[in-house]
Amino acid sequence: MAKYLAKRIFYLILTLFIVITVTFFLMKLLPGTPLTNQAKLSQSQIALIYKQYGLDKPEWQQYLLYLAGAVKGDFGTSFQFSDQPVSYLLSSRIGPSLQIGLQAMVVGVVLGILVGAIGAMRQNTWVDTTTTVVSILGISIPSFVLAVLLQYYLGLKAQLFPIAEWGGFIYTVLPTLALGATPLAESARFVRTEMVDVLSSDYIELAKAKGLSRMGVIYHHALRNSLIPLITIVGPLAVNIMTGSMVVENIFSIPGIGEQFVKSVLTNDYPTIMGLTIIYSFMLCVVLLFTDILYGIVDPRIRLTGKAN
Amino acid sequence: MADTAKLPADSFKPMSADDRAALDSEKIAAPSLTFMQDAWRRLKKNKGAWVSLILLALIFILAFGSAIASPHDPNQVHPEYANLPSKIPGIGINGFNGTLVQAGQRIDAYKQAGATGAHYLMGTDYLGRDLLSRVLYGTRISLIIALVATLFDLTIGVTYGIFSGWKGGRVDTFMQRVIEIILSIPNLVVIVLLILILKPGMLSIIIAIALTSWTNMARLVRAQTLEIKEQEYILAARTLGESSLKIAFKHLLPNLSSVIIINTMFTIPSAIFFEATLSYIGIGISSPQASLGTLLNDGQKNFQFLPYQMWWPALVLCIIMLAFNLLGDGLRDAFDPRTKE
Repeated sequence: MAKYLAKRIFYLILTLFIVITVTFFLMKLLPGTPLTNQAKLSQSQIALIYKQYGLDKPEWQQYLLYLAGAVKGDFGTSFQFSDQPVSYLLSSRIGPSLQIGLQAMVVGVVLGILVGAIGAMRQNTWVDTTTTVVSILGISIPSFVLAVLLQYYLGLKAQLFPIAEWGGFIYTVLPTLALGATPLAESARFVRTEMVDVLSSDYIELAKAKGLSRMGVIYHHALRNSLIPLITIVGPLAVNIMTGSMVVENIFSIPGIGEQFVKSVLTNDYPTIMGLTIIYSFMLCVVLLFTDILYGIVDPRIRLTGKAN
Repeated sequence: MADTAKLPADSFKPMSADDRAALDSEKIAAPSLTFMQDAWRRLKKNKGAWVSLILLALIFILAFGSAIASPHDPNQVHPEYANLPSKIPGIGINGFNGTLVQAGQRIDAYKQAGATGAHYLMGTDYLGRDLLSRVLYGTRISLIIALVATLFDLTIGVTYGIFSGWKGGRVDTFMQRVIEIILSIPNLVVIVLLILILKPGMLSIIIAIALTSWTNMARLVRAQTLEIKEQEYILAARTLGESSLKIAFKHLLPNLSSVIIINTMFTIPSAIFFEATLSYIGIGISSPQASLGTLLNDGQKNFQFLPYQMWWPALVLCIIMLAFNLLGDGLRDAFDPRTKE
């Protein structure tokens, strides 16, 4: 286990190193500088600004400096907000994003398990059909369409929730719902398929034969065994939520990193874009590592020492 | 169960030769079907997939047909006809009859604009452009992007997967590490970075989506290749001295076809989704070109007062996504009957 963990953490660091390197040099490929359109600046002023941002040094030195800074969590200074370190900008914004992302994940997966289990229990009835329709719709409707509809009907028309801004739990409800729809649908589909499989297995027959109640069979035997493989889709779901958050945070004006990413892209704020890319990769790597370890713990049949995949 | 039925002796008689021939246990009554024919037969039984297939065919014909014959020019601006709601002749339901609520009263927007004779099935946008033509145009762009991305998926993804699985050993480990690294950056972030470098536009979206979408296909194809290459027929082909390239085309590809086809059906909606998201954010397709994402973005701004401007593109986008997902599910069941209970 310790050996496996060390190996995985080594790969995590390697991955992040590659991500930093590739983004750094990709950013250097971009045409123009943040001062391209500043005609009023004299040559010496531009040279001074370059010096301030460390842009006067050769690229390999800039790269090494950036790398050394990134290890310490320093991603340089934002181009858009002068004198704002990227790390400060992002650390003040990561809270809302994490809160909404985690809420969406938990709400989506818990409801998804429920919907999937009910569908499997009432297999091939109208209940099953309804849950299948719900899950296929959840996958097919993009989160930004859902977000706008929720905002309009539940926020503006029904006046149940605030339509935008950030203030307290009530402000997180609509974004959570918009982001949670895909995890709900994906996990419902997954749990249903798994559970239909499990329900027809011999040990369920045995549990029934021993006289366990229907709920007892479902809860103690069927559900537990159907949930283990669900851990494998947590990684992809996390990606989905990160992707969705960029648009959903924008729609609800939430001061999160997704909204910042879009803003930075539109204003060519390269240091911030780089910092965000690294943070996104880091979060995803941690989620993937965590789920792999969890998978090994809950299902002893999988040997962690063997394959990483 | 103890008592047995008492049957009279004359209810039994010896079998004739004809009877025996009819009972021949070796005879196969149904015509033998190839793998593809069998899958096709099962697909046709799946109502959802069948309807989706027809819907998609229809959308393809309409979207690509509109390049030749469109009800209106999607870029023709008519400022005097701006923001007309949808009007479908013969339908009197509010929302489809060209009326809209203004200052608490329902008025005929067409009469107000002096366009009594005209009817725009999906209405017009803020510049008076026909929304139906723009939706068709946008669908075409979205589909082209998805199809080109799929093409890359099929070439890069399948080649990478087969090569990695076939070679095995260190090469395989290395190639899988590369995929893992790519997978540990959210796709959208990679796409955004690439688009920044390549300048926003249709070509860069295609390149960006193509460069990121193949990983899933490569992983699935590799896993399947690992399984297939241990089969006896591959061993036989090798023993007979077939080259690796020929084995890949003659033996691996046909046996991988179901995995490839199924995964393609899930690549297309995700490419459409990425394009819509990018255009929605504002770094995708730029005006005057339109895609479903830009139309949604435009429509969302006026959703409170002119809801149809967002409903129509949203509806078309959802139908396309839904149809591809249902078709993908149907194909999976058709190619792998074991998954169907």
